[in-house]
Amino acid sequence: MTAEASTAGEAGARSPLSGLTGKWWFWAAVIVAVFAIVGLDVWGLDEDAENHKAILSFLGDGLVGFLKAVTEPVALFWLKLGFAIETSMTGLLVGVLYSLVALGFVLIYKASGMFNYSQGVMVLFAALTFVGLTEYGIPVILALVMAVGVMILFAIVVEFLILRHLVNQEQIILFMATIGLAFFLEGFGDTIWGSNVKKIPLDLPSGAMDWLTIGDWNVQVQWLDISAAATGAVMVVALAVFFNKTRIGRALRAVADDHQAALSVGINLRTIWIIVWSVAGIVALFAGIVWGAPSGVQFSLSLIALKALPVLLIGGFESIPGAIVAGLIVGFGEKIAEVSWGDSLGGGIENWFAFMLAMVFLVIRPQGLFGEKIIERV
Amino acid sequence: MFYREAGQFSTTYSQDQGIWSIKQDKWATFAIIGFAFFIIPLFASPYLLTVLLQLLVGCMAALALNILTGYCGQISLGTAGFMGVGAFAGYKFATGMRVLGGDGGAVTAATELVPMIPAVENIFVAILLAGAVTAAFGILFGLPSLRIKGFYLAVATLAAQFFFQWSFIRFEWLYDYASSSTIQAPRLSLMDGWVLPFKVPWFTWDLQFFWGTVDFTMKVSGPGYADKLHQYLIGLIFVVLFGFIAKNLMRGRIGRSFMAIRDMDIAAELIGIRPLRTKLLAFGISSFMAGIAGAMTLFLYLEALEGAEAFFILDSFLFLFMVIIGGLGSIMGTYLGAAFITLLPIFMVNFLPWAGGLVGMSINTATVEHIQLMVFGGLIIFFLIVEPLGLARLWQISKEKLRQWPFPY
Repeated sequence: MTAEASTAGEAGARSPLSGLTGKWWFWAAVIVAVFAIVGLDVWGLDEDAENHKAILSFLGDGLVGFLKAVTEPVALFWLKLGFAIETSMTGLLVGVLYSLVALGFVLIYKASGMFNYSQGVMVLFAALTFVGLTEYGIPVILALVMAVGVMILFAIVVEFLILRHLVNQEQIILFMATIGLAFFLEGFGDTIWGSNVKKIPLDLPSGAMDWLTIGDWNVQVQWLDISAAATGAVMVVALAVFFNKTRIGRALRAVADDHQAALSVGINLRTIWIIVWSVAGIVALFAGIVWGAPSGVQFSLSLIALKALPVLLIGGFESIPGAIVAGLIVGFGEKIAEVSWGDSLGGGIENWFAFMLAMVFLVIRPQGLFGEKIIERV
Repeated sequence: MFYREAGQFSTTYSQDQGIWSIKQDKWATFAIIGFAFFIIPLFASPYLLTVLLQLLVGCMAALALNILTGYCGQISLGTAGFMGVGAFAGYKFATGMRVLGGDGGAVTAATELVPMIPAVENIFVAILLAGAVTAAFGILFGLPSLRIKGFYLAVATLAAQFFFQWSFIRFEWLYDYASSSTIQAPRLSLMDGWVLPFKVPWFTWDLQFFWGTVDFTMKVSGPGYADKLHQYLIGLIFVVLFGFIAKNLMRGRIGRSFMAIRDMDIAAELIGIRPLRTKLLAFGISSFMAGIAGAMTLFLYLEALEGAEAFFILDSFLFLFMVIIGGLGSIMGTYLGAAFITLLPIFMVNFLPWAGGLVGMSINTATVEHIQLMVFGGLIIFFLIVEPLGLARLWQISKEKLRQWPFPY
């Protein structure tokens, strides 16, 4: 790939195959393959045409079989419309949670150019702090406020101890620093609050609601999912108002646009960082509470939060709407994939489907759905 | 005083470009290798050998990662996944396999037709083959690096890690359709039946110098059968060998092209380095070594393991920590970092309860683990801020100081 291809903004991305068309051995291989498939018969070299048939049937069966195996489950799935709608709803509502975690990433990335790996652990830590405080007999509301306070304190400490020392470092160094931060925070949370599974003490609505009936299938929606989605929606609206209507929000956007210009008009970068990390911490707190509600607050929470990474790749690192839409896509897509192809692949493909989807997106559209900056190609 | 280059002159270019800039370094290197090969076996307890084997595996994996991340600048969070590929490939080679598994492992008429690939009996061959298979997978998963870099690539390698973890459970062929997804290293030996008719002091270390026999058989693998000492020696051979290979590769044309790609890929292209070939080569070499580390984990260190558990994502991070703390782009640093990260938990397990006892606190193992995480995380941040070049840089500084000691002016 040439140097000009690597400059950003070229609309027609070159296909990975384009490098091959100039190679003699590629064409040699093509000619040999065509000869093998067609030529054997045409020139009568393969008298019984057995090899020929075998190759053709192998290719045919393989391709057709593959396409069938991929598409058939999806079609069957949508035929059961009621079930399909219910599954999609579940997926979308899980997607809202992915969006919530991804939002935290995007906020920090926009303001400090830091890809915050520790966001997932922040979710865990915030939820742990909240639950841990209530276990000491502190009322829920007060515990919530105190947990918010702890996250703000955390933001200040991070700024004081890490961010200000790593100004102007390469992004990859910042990224590795946040991996370190993730480890530290995880150990810290466990040391203080213990590593046993904790139940969220909130009376979140439980049970399911009959939503609509299609054929003989009652589409049910979990109340918990609905409240999660509502929380997510409220957070998103609140963030949008915060970003667009307040003075601090304007300053945040200015920093996101251009650090130096923001500095030159008198915006204090460090204050902004503290605010952004605090907001990300608060988002993490809510995500953690909602997420921890069904199965308790435990270590796996921070691993599930890793799913926010493919969400970011799909949505683009710098876009809040991107994070939301991509979260929904990932939640929806992986549920559908699990139900459709899970059986033939042995189940559990939810764990990596999102990542594979993100890889495909990377190849097709490296900047993500709503990404502003086109990443540098190599 | 003793660490001086006084009187040592390079008279040829090849001398000037040598691995060791002064003779003392060379002697020290060979002294350490000799110590590891000939002295440690004399007194090592099985526990110490287990620790050392863990260290050797860590060295190998960190070496693999450092070539990719430190020298070529392609960050990878999937080292443990690739090690898993190596472990399973080694297992399949060492136990023999049919290419197609058939129905639940039952031998049917159809599977009978598929030729059985005989088991590899030699542990060196098995481990190297495992490396080769892993290299193929590494190149495959390195393909995204042609289009993306930085943490985009990190996420792509994370995808590989999750995919591998999943497939170690789902593809039953990998663990021979056993009910649990655990694999067990087969019994392997080297130099079977080689017997010397008289005794040599070094091998048996007792007072009977010449009367008796020496059995050279090395029990290198298989739970309940293998001898830890023999496993340690095999592991050491691999680590020393690949340490030298890596050092020389990175000094030469290949290493320089890696570093050019790392420092600025467009500039590297302009001086005639092909990014495609170079990056895939880095992925290939790196995952070859990672595969060897994985096969070493199976044959030498753990002997029986559960794929998704033994090669968990957190292990990938630990290897990354070894490289960062040791020093990105330094072979010496890799070893230092691996030693540091491997030995620190062992030190803390022993030290923390004692220290807690001093201040009247009882610290259980779970707490020790949590404190370990904190220490690791804190150290990473500390090193990134204070000494981004890691232990290797500290090592270099201390050597400079030592050179002038005791007269610094």
